[in-house]
Amino acid sequence: MLRIKTPKSLRAKRELEKRAPKLVERGKKTLILHGTKTSNTLNAVLTEIYHLKKDNAVKYSRRNDNIRPFESGGETSLEFYSLKTDCSLFVYGSHSKKRPDNLVIGRTYDHHIYDLVEIGVENFKSMSSCSYDKKLAPLIGSKPFFAFIGEGFENVEELKHLKEVLLDLFRGQVVSNLNLAGLDRVYVCTAVSSNKVLFTHCALRLKKSGTVVPRVELVEVGPSMDLVVRRHRLPDEGLKKEAHKVPHELIKKKEKNVSKDAIAGKIGKIYVPDQQVGSASLPFTPKGVKRERREAKAKGEDKKHAEKKQK
Amino acid sequence: MGDEQGGYQIDLGNLAAFGPHHQFASVLDNREDLLKECISHGTKLIQAVADALFNLPSTEDASGPVVSLPPPSTKFPREKPLPKPKPLTSWAEFAIKKGIQNRKRDKRVFDEQTDSWKRRYGYDRVNDDNDLPIIEAKMTDEPGVDPFAKRRSEKRQRVEKQEKNRLHNLKAAAKVGALPSHVQLAATALPITGTQAAPRKVSKDELQNVAGMAATSTASGGKFDKKLAGEKPPKHDKKYRKFLPVVEGSGMGSLEKQQSDKILNKLMAKNSHEIFNVGKAVDMYNAKSDKKRRNQQGKSSSTSSKLKVKKSPYKNKSTKKSSSISLEEII
Repeated sequence: MLRIKTPKSLRAKRELEKRAPKLVERGKKTLILHGTKTSNTLNAVLTEIYHLKKDNAVKYSRRNDNIRPFESGGETSLEFYSLKTDCSLFVYGSHSKKRPDNLVIGRTYDHHIYDLVEIGVENFKSMSSCSYDKKLAPLIGSKPFFAFIGEGFENVEELKHLKEVLLDLFRGQVVSNLNLAGLDRVYVCTAVSSNKVLFTHCALRLKKSGTVVPRVELVEVGPSMDLVVRRHRLPDEGLKKEAHKVPHELIKKKEKNVSKDAIAGKIGKIYVPDQQVGSASLPFTPKGVKRERREAKAKGEDKKHAEKKQK
Repeated sequence: MGDEQGGYQIDLGNLAAFGPHHQFASVLDNREDLLKECISHGTKLIQAVADALFNLPSTEDASGPVVSLPPPSTKFPREKPLPKPKPLTSWAEFAIKKGIQNRKRDKRVFDEQTDSWKRRYGYDRVNDDNDLPIIEAKMTDEPGVDPFAKRRSEKRQRVEKQEKNRLHNLKAAAKVGALPSHVQLAATALPITGTQAAPRKVSKDELQNVAGMAATSTASGGKFDKKLAGEKPPKHDKKYRKFLPVVEGSGMGSLEKQQSDKILNKLMAKNSHEIFNVGKAVDMYNAKSDKKRRNQQGKSSSTSSKLKVKKSPYKNKSTKKSSSISLEEII
């Protein structure tokens, strides 16, 4: 038996509507958690990532023993948390002898694991250790710039995947209107070798220059670390296709029969269908002359009488 | 927009710049130098993005210049599947067919009786059924029919009909998979397999079996359980032991003689060919001899008998007869 469950309060209803799938999606939330053992550096990394994404991140403080993202059974807990917190990105940190300072960044589609990247953190430098002018500190929730340097990001598959995941993780809300005064952070990623990426977070300083475009200056503020790509799992093709589907309504329709001319401006073409003058229906039905009508009526009655007699 | 600006690819929608053509002249050992070079190169890339960004047409806002960003060129996967289009409800289909427009109704309606503005629904509403003091009788009214009760029952019918239609619409939406976001379906009985399908209907035999099991698990064996109207009586509700009458004649049909004859016939081999299953005995004999032959062959090449698993001397493997004789059955 299936029973229909509706929320009993308006607040619950609003929450459910927020979590429902939509045509244009809101920003993705991130879940930050850690496994059985973590090191000091890893703890610092996780807290810094949480601070960078304070607006739309959830950080779990307890350790989770039964999460193993790369194993087939070990992702159920992750999927459950993703369902409960409505987070489609997660950052899972763990530390072991074989994989020291390990971070697994993953994405979910429909609360099931979509893809995973496992990276090791080396040479971590935290926000507190960088000294800079406090006025430049970037605000929470500002839209960042990204710079990806190195040919590894185009050629090596793992680095391509990492680039996608990092963009997804740090880009914030997708907006169509941007206030230029609020730009103050940059993420710089350099592919040093085929599996190592230098990741830095810098504050942006816009200086006056002669033209409309200001001169850009980068000041290193935030965490900087070396990311070593260890393992990764790409999404399978069918799932990838489904996740990249764009709804029919959002594809911009081309305006037909409109063109622009330098002389005349905007020109439109109108197509007039063929007018069939002979077979057009008139507003009044032609009845004919009175005498013809009288005769026709008389003929019709005769016919009727004849039919009746036959019966 | 995926512009090319001085050898960099720019994604304006994401404010990202990709500079794939940079070659590191030498692998710099010093980390400081490496970082500095990264930052300087990053600055160049960001300058390129800023060039493109600040050249977009901007509108002045209170907090600063606002620019309309183009959509991002790098594609990202969605986090949830696309919402399915809802099927039209039966009223919506009817409205479209008839060309009925949806008109917005006022919350307050003027009430003629009290000459005041009242709500359309809710507390202190306009045409409340409870407020009617008098209902005038019409020619079509039957005598003996309570008009107030009639009104109430009509309203109840209307409400039930509406509820039925609402459930019908929800079912149609659920079939397509386009339930509204605040409605969830909950299974009241969880299937063991964990699938979402509703459990199938139980058959009559299964119900009888289960009822029987429940009955026997009671202290009195289900003998004194109250039976429902249509339930059948238990299959064997009498005693399981049969005692012969104390006084009885000793003629041909005497029960005691019959009883003892039955036992003796089963024990003695008078009808043994009916009891003894020849085929099964032959099979067992053949299997045993095969096994012995195989073991003997194995023995000639394999380990000594000391290392072999010793069969327990206590078990007796007498040939079993097919029917088991129990005294209870006879008596």
